[in-house]
Amino acid sequence: MTALAAVIRRDMRVALRVGGGALIGVLFFLTVVVLMPFAVGPDLALLKKLGPAILWLGALLASLLTLDRLFTADHDDGSLDLIVMGRTPLELVCAAKALAHWLAVGLPLVAATPVLGLLLNLDAVATGAVALTLLAGTPALTFTGMVGAALAVVLRRGGLLLSVLVLPLSIPVLIFGVAASNAAISGPSPFGTPFSILCALSLSSLVIGPFAAAASLRHGLD
Amino acid sequence: MPLIDLANPSRFLTLAGRILPWLVAVTTLVLAVGLYQSVIAPDDYQQGATVKIMFIHVPNAWLSMFVWGVMSIAALGTLVWRHPLADVAAKTAAPIGAAFTFLALLTGSLWGRPMWGTYWEWDARLTSVLILFLMYLGLMALWRAVEDPSRAARAAAVLTLVGSVNIPIIKFSVDWWNTLHQPASVVRMGGSTLDRAFLIPLVVMAIGFTLLFLTLHIAAMRNEILRRRVRTLQMLQASKSVA
Repeated sequence: MTALAAVIRRDMRVALRVGGGALIGVLFFLTVVVLMPFAVGPDLALLKKLGPAILWLGALLASLLTLDRLFTADHDDGSLDLIVMGRTPLELVCAAKALAHWLAVGLPLVAATPVLGLLLNLDAVATGAVALTLLAGTPALTFTGMVGAALAVVLRRGGLLLSVLVLPLSIPVLIFGVAASNAAISGPSPFGTPFSILCALSLSSLVIGPFAAAASLRHGLD
Repeated sequence: MPLIDLANPSRFLTLAGRILPWLVAVTTLVLAVGLYQSVIAPDDYQQGATVKIMFIHVPNAWLSMFVWGVMSIAALGTLVWRHPLADVAAKTAAPIGAAFTFLALLTGSLWGRPMWGTYWEWDARLTSVLILFLMYLGLMALWRAVEDPSRAARAAAVLTLVGSVNIPIIKFSVDWWNTLHQPASVVRMGGSTLDRAFLIPLVVMAIGFTLLFLTLHIAAMRNEILRRRVRTLQMLQASKSVA
């Protein structure tokens, strides 16, 4: 347990310090949202309608593009080999690393949502709904994306390949995240159904992600 | 013969050489019968002759999922049993599966044009097949990204298994998404049960296409084994000429 807590603490510290790049995710999120009005026009009514979708897409891309940092830095300095050979189960370490990554990257995205909601003309209820769905859904993005990150470090190829592999897997999260936000904003369908499914997706990815990532690390590193 | 005997590539090559001509013959026969029956099948009272696209479209769609199943079994073979031929089976199945998926999309789109009035509709089935196609392409990109085949095999095996867990979830969410956005706007073939006149050619064609997959897969596996041997020989030659 102390080992896992140490991993979480270390990863958070590394992510938040100089060269860590955790807050670049938020900056990217902001930039994507700011780009949208240039693409669709400064029509506030339209932006309000598209708001949840834009915020979800931005958060999806931001959490995906920061994912390749999850294992590469550790692989480069050799600590990943130590982790793989260590006594703590690799699955648990993977889960701890993903949790630390979510705390450093995912949570700031959720925190930034109210500000970005203002830019997109969302009212308080809508912003709250989007923030709540992001809070429930971004863990699923991190834990599914972790599989891609593990593959990328095994293959020593990151970037576009990782995105191509992970993006199709994140479609369900996107569907239910946007659906729950829209249900809370405009109805008529209930908010509870898609939101519960979103939570279920997060919980199941919590189980599948660490095992798949650990399997690809264990089989792939030599 | 137990599966473990096939682990020897040379034995697999002999067996494949013996089976393939027969398999090609049977496939050709079944496909010819199926095509003939499809041509003489009656026109649909609503759709006219375009209903015959179904005899190509449905087998392709069925195979697009079947091939992912084959790859998942091969992936288990790679990760659990370290079966040397499982790598080869998984690698060669991916492009064939992608081709079947593409054909399912293409014929579906050609069928949709006269029926729905558009080549593409964000219908739940079409969309989930498109996502499946994207996943096939991603998997092929993964295979091509790494030089060492056994390394690529293990990475691809993990991705294949994660995909096979996720494909039903994706299918379910896309169904849900579509009913939310546009309830019952698409005219679909399903619903009514198929008449015997359509069912028999369809089943024959499905069997024919499955045999076609088997034939192509065994042939591709044989080529891949030979390709790897050639590559090993070339590497040996190169290292010798350096020394």
